[in-house]
Amino acid sequence: MQVNDNNFEPVIVAFCCNWCSYAGADLSGTNRLNYPTNVKIIRVPCSCRVNPMFILRAFQRGADGVIICGCHPGDCHYTSGNYYARRRITLLYSMLDFLGIERDRTRLEWVSAAEGAKFAATMESFTEQVKALGPNRRLEDLRCRKQ
Amino acid sequence: MQEAMINRAKELMADGTVSRVIGWKRGEFAYDITPAVFETAEEIDSDFVCDDFTAANVSKYLIKESRKEGRILAFLKPCDTYSFNQLIKEHRIIRENVYVIGIPGGPKLDAEKLKARGITGILGVRNEKGTLHIDTVYGEETMPMFEAILGKCENCKSTKHVVYDELMGEEGEVIADSGRFDRVAELENMTAQQRFEFWREQLSKCIRCNACRNVCPACSCENCVFDNPDSGISNKAAADSFEENNFHIIRAFHVAGRCTDCGECSRVCPQNIPLHLLNRKFIKDINELYGEYQAGEDTTSRAPLTNYNADEDCEPSIVHERGAE
Amino acid sequence: MLMISLDRLDELFAAVAAKQTLYLPADREDGQAEYRRWEDGVKLSSRLNTVRSAKDFFFPQTEDLVEFKMEGKNIEVIDPRKESEDFVVFGVRACDARSFTILDKVYLVEPVDSYYKTRRDHGTVVTMACTRPEETCFCRTFGIDPTAPEGDCACWSDGESLFFRANTEKGEKFVDSISSLLDEGDTEKLEKINERTRDVLSKMPLANLSAENFGGDKLNEYFNSDKWGELSEACLGCGTCTFVCPTCQCYDIRDFDTGHGIKRFRCWDSCMYSDFTKMAHGNPRLTQLERFRQRFMHKLVYFPANNNGEFGCVGCGRCLSKCPISMNIVKVMKALEVK
Repeated sequence: MQVNDNNFEPVIVAFCCNWCSYAGADLSGTNRLNYPTNVKIIRVPCSCRVNPMFILRAFQRGADGVIICGCHPGDCHYTSGNYYARRRITLLYSMLDFLGIERDRTRLEWVSAAEGAKFAATMESFTEQVKALGPNRRLEDLRCRKQ
Repeated sequence: MQEAMINRAKELMADGTVSRVIGWKRGEFAYDITPAVFETAEEIDSDFVCDDFTAANVSKYLIKESRKEGRILAFLKPCDTYSFNQLIKEHRIIRENVYVIGIPGGPKLDAEKLKARGITGILGVRNEKGTLHIDTVYGEETMPMFEAILGKCENCKSTKHVVYDELMGEEGEVIADSGRFDRVAELENMTAQQRFEFWREQLSKCIRCNACRNVCPACSCENCVFDNPDSGISNKAAADSFEENNFHIIRAFHVAGRCTDCGECSRVCPQNIPLHLLNRKFIKDINELYGEYQAGEDTTSRAPLTNYNADEDCEPSIVHERGAE
Repeated sequence: MLMISLDRLDELFAAVAAKQTLYLPADREDGQAEYRRWEDGVKLSSRLNTVRSAKDFFFPQTEDLVEFKMEGKNIEVIDPRKESEDFVVFGVRACDARSFTILDKVYLVEPVDSYYKTRRDHGTVVTMACTRPEETCFCRTFGIDPTAPEGDCACWSDGESLFFRANTEKGEKFVDSISSLLDEGDTEKLEKINERTRDVLSKMPLANLSAENFGGDKLNEYFNSDKWGELSEACLGCGTCTFVCPTCQCYDIRDFDTGHGIKRFRCWDSCMYSDFTKMAHGNPRLTQLERFRQRFMHKLVYFPANNNGEFGCVGCGRCLSKCPISMNIVKVMKALEVK
């Protein structure tokens, strides 16, 4: 099938912190809220666990957008992990932007375990945002593209 | 200066203050200088050199050298002292085993810039009041010195030595208006498409030689993530444009907040990729977002990426909000 | 000799490119030269040499060897090679031309490397005599005459015209294909230029460098030399020297998991790297000294020992100008040499 503007379904990778955002995703499920099936969740112990290479690797292997979700500032299970993550991810996103990678392919959102609705809404809007951009071409690995 | 350095080095060796000297060794031509450790006064007399081409930063060698027996004398230019200090901070160099003499810095010259002008067959280079007289097999050539300045010296950030046991020459100062972020700002003001094309053109030249990583004083891991055969990353294959982007983003990221902007990465790149711009982008962002920070300036402060400000740090969305477009 | 006026070069390139792909050294915006596919507007570089050597055309830095596609319990094996097309590499220097002979000794002996051979068969090498050697040149140390380059077809420039002489059958074909553009020309001026080039070479700093004391018969002496420690002391362990070298021929084979199959590729390897020839038990050369020694022993001792005295270096001088710490084969030879 040829990908075109009409049928393009982006692959979204969401790195979710175990303590807040992953639970938030669970909550949105138990609340029977819908969010796009484009989103593939990867559970991480803390948003701080997200190595910049994870993000690049996701793009390499077919992601069209990457979102990182963690506990709200002040609520980190490990006290300060998300503060470190915040700086790191800011710099990385800024670097990706500097290299000309579309800035709308990346996002960070704080989602607590109680925010099932926010999780679903965030995924909904991020998926739409990435869909509008079309497939990731600038940071993809051609070897991984399915013929 | 070279004469004075040689004399001082021999003195310090003779009185037992140091047992070895790290500096630069004369090569076959005017410009091919190799960092070297000298163990005798005779070696120093015959081979030690400090001139317009001794640009190499010897700080990184001190990781290994300071772990050997005896004290070593190191001649450090201002920019080298920043790298040295940063390595002290990271507990990589054993400070008491190094005797540091601060020497004046550049600007140093780039032989490649001579050759790019078609000046080849170089037998000797004399620097007279800002004009280079280059003796070649094809006759003498001249060119203004400022046109041959090494990239890393073009936007010198400081002529001040941040650490030394002894100083030769006069102490300089931090240069506030070095203009070292101008090129980064220029790129920031381009459209994403233009930036993408700029970096594609630059990074596609990469031959994956890893010289930028290996020369970097901040890259001092015993085992680099790129050398892990199980990582799935190609550390030496120009396999895909992704691999080039990945390598250069991560290389710069891993030294973000620790890079002193010594410029060695761009100096050694055989393909003249302006790699320092990636590092400077991080430095510029850090300065703007988390407050002015100069890696290597001190040995006690926390680096910006191992620190945070719970109340004042911006959200990553700032990237999406600012800039052109 | 057949020749064409230099101001008709574009015409010549267009004629060649009309039949097959043409590559030639062109200037980059940073003043260095690289091989580029010719198209309208691409000008022949005046630099002596390109940063990367011409070996890429026959032995590219990365190439896919085979692909595996998995579906259920079946594995499909795919040969990724496409139909090869003929191509011409123009402007190769004598040193690089000789490097192909050295690579041939590795890749065209049994078992023949079919990937390399296909490219060799399809490529026509058109060389260009040097008129302005640089201080880093030492090709004559290895018996190469830069004023009489090898290759399928050799070219000389006298500043006004470009002269052609075919060395092989492929070269003759090449000259035939452009014969309508060529005229007979007088080579008198050429002789003088070649004479001058040889004269310049003998004034170069490396003019007296000799390889006569190197070769297979001094293996133990050189291997056990106490000079290696000092020589390798500053080595960064990067791969610059090996990657710009026209004769370095080592490669690594790796599998890349694409998520839906495997691509088995080979890429240049460098004996300077810590993972070079790494096996299950680890790396046979644990220190940079050993890796450094390997590179120069290979070029100066092992290679001639196995190839009738031919050295694994052509004296192009790339490593002399590109090594980040300016340690190179010339310094090694001078320090090591035992008369």
